[in-house]
Amino acid sequence: MHEVAIMDEAVRMAVDTAKSSGASRVLGLRLRIGTLSGVVPEAMRFAFDVVCRGTMAEGASLEIESVPASCWCAQCRKEFECADLLNECPRCLNVSGELRRGRELEIASVELE
Amino acid sequence: MGGENVVIGDHSHDHEHDHHHEHGHDHEHAHGGKTVSLNRSLLEKNDRLAERNRGFFKAKRLLVLNVVSSPGSGKTTFIRETAKKLGKKLRVGVIVGDLATDNDAAELRKAKIPVVQITTGTVCHLDAEMVSKAAAQLDLDKLDVLVIENVGNLVCPADYDLGEDLRVVLLSTTEGEDKPLKYPPMFHSANVVIVAKNDLAAAAGFNRQQALANLKRISHHAEIFELSSKTGEGMEAWLDFLAKQREERSNG
Ligand SMILES: Nc1nc2c(ncn2[C@@H]2O[C@H](COP(=O)(O)OP(=O)(O)OP(=O)(O)O)[C@@H](O)[C@H]2O)c(=O)[nH]1
Ligand SMILES: [Mg+2]
Ligand SMILES: [Zn+2]
Repeated sequence: MHEVAIMDEAVRMAVDTAKSSGASRVLGLRLRIGTLSGVVPEAMRFAFDVVCRGTMAEGASLEIESVPASCWCAQCRKEFECADLLNECPRCLNVSGELRRGRELEIASVELE
Repeated sequence: MGGENVVIGDHSHDHEHDHHHEHGHDHEHAHGGKTVSLNRSLLEKNDRLAERNRGFFKAKRLLVLNVVSSPGSGKTTFIRETAKKLGKKLRVGVIVGDLATDNDAAELRKAKIPVVQITTGTVCHLDAEMVSKAAAQLDLDKLDVLVIENVGNLVCPADYDLGEDLRVVLLSTTEGEDKPLKYPPMFHSANVVIVAKNDLAAAAGFNRQQALANLKRISHHAEIFELSSKTGEGMEAWLDFLAKQREERSNG
């Protein structure tokens, strides 16, 4: 699992943002993580504490927004929520292959002081 | 640099409450902080390097494969046999990611295949930077096809583009036909699925019909080859496909 590497990147972006906007400290990070991204939120939290240590983000809070997976039905031209890539469209019962959301691994925002 | 949409003193994180939060924590930061929207992918660095690799490989007229599977599904054997059989037609070089040992690289070297080993330590996937460094150690001008053997893992490598042309996912007949359903993102991202160790299908009680049905559901866009690296059965079709892919790309 690569949660540490991903978290390290998030904290690096947060710290860079803090520096370039003249902030003294990172108070919080908000991440957006898709349910099919392959990373485990619990492991992200664990990695967060380790990665923040000794940086401007030490002691910062971590908020994780979980993004449910959703597929696109080309027939109905609508998105529908799906637990994985196998679900069929609730309207037309076709299996859709196009994942629209659920793989996100993003930093949404940071809170600076 | 990021930092667009700087909203000073804004604490109204407008929560969409259909997105369930992981666990409650206090949103009322008592400090006079400012929220800066970033909305950036945590994989952007790798994605950028992967694109650079892709451009570089293209200029070298290389066909690049990223081979992934569970541990022990037969990647090294498959790559070795592919390289041997392509033999005089196309020259193959290999980059191998392995947790600790040098075994896979040694095995390929024995078969006189140019190989670079990346010792990944505790890392669970290869990334574009590792591949670019490893590729620099190969004489790419002497190669037509570059095969990257990723770390045996069906979760983590799915997130990391290496700059490959084709993602090749192995499913061996000894590991069960429901694998594609358990690892949808990886199988979904496959350009090619190899049903490997086909010589063991009967002995393993492999339900071929079910496996293909599962693959069709998940790996919509993938070409599927059923083969055995050991007996060579089914290899011809795969090798023809590769030759054609390489042809198309070096003309394009
Ligand atoms: N019967 C049979 N055995 C195979 C075949 N391909 C590989 N094997 C055996 O399966 C075992 C694992 O094969 P490898 O090629 O090392 O698998 P791998 O995916 O590279 O393994 P890791 O790198 O450890 O993840 C070895 O004992 C191979 O000899 C095949 O087509 N048929
Ligand atoms: Mg191997
Ligand atoms: Zn529909």
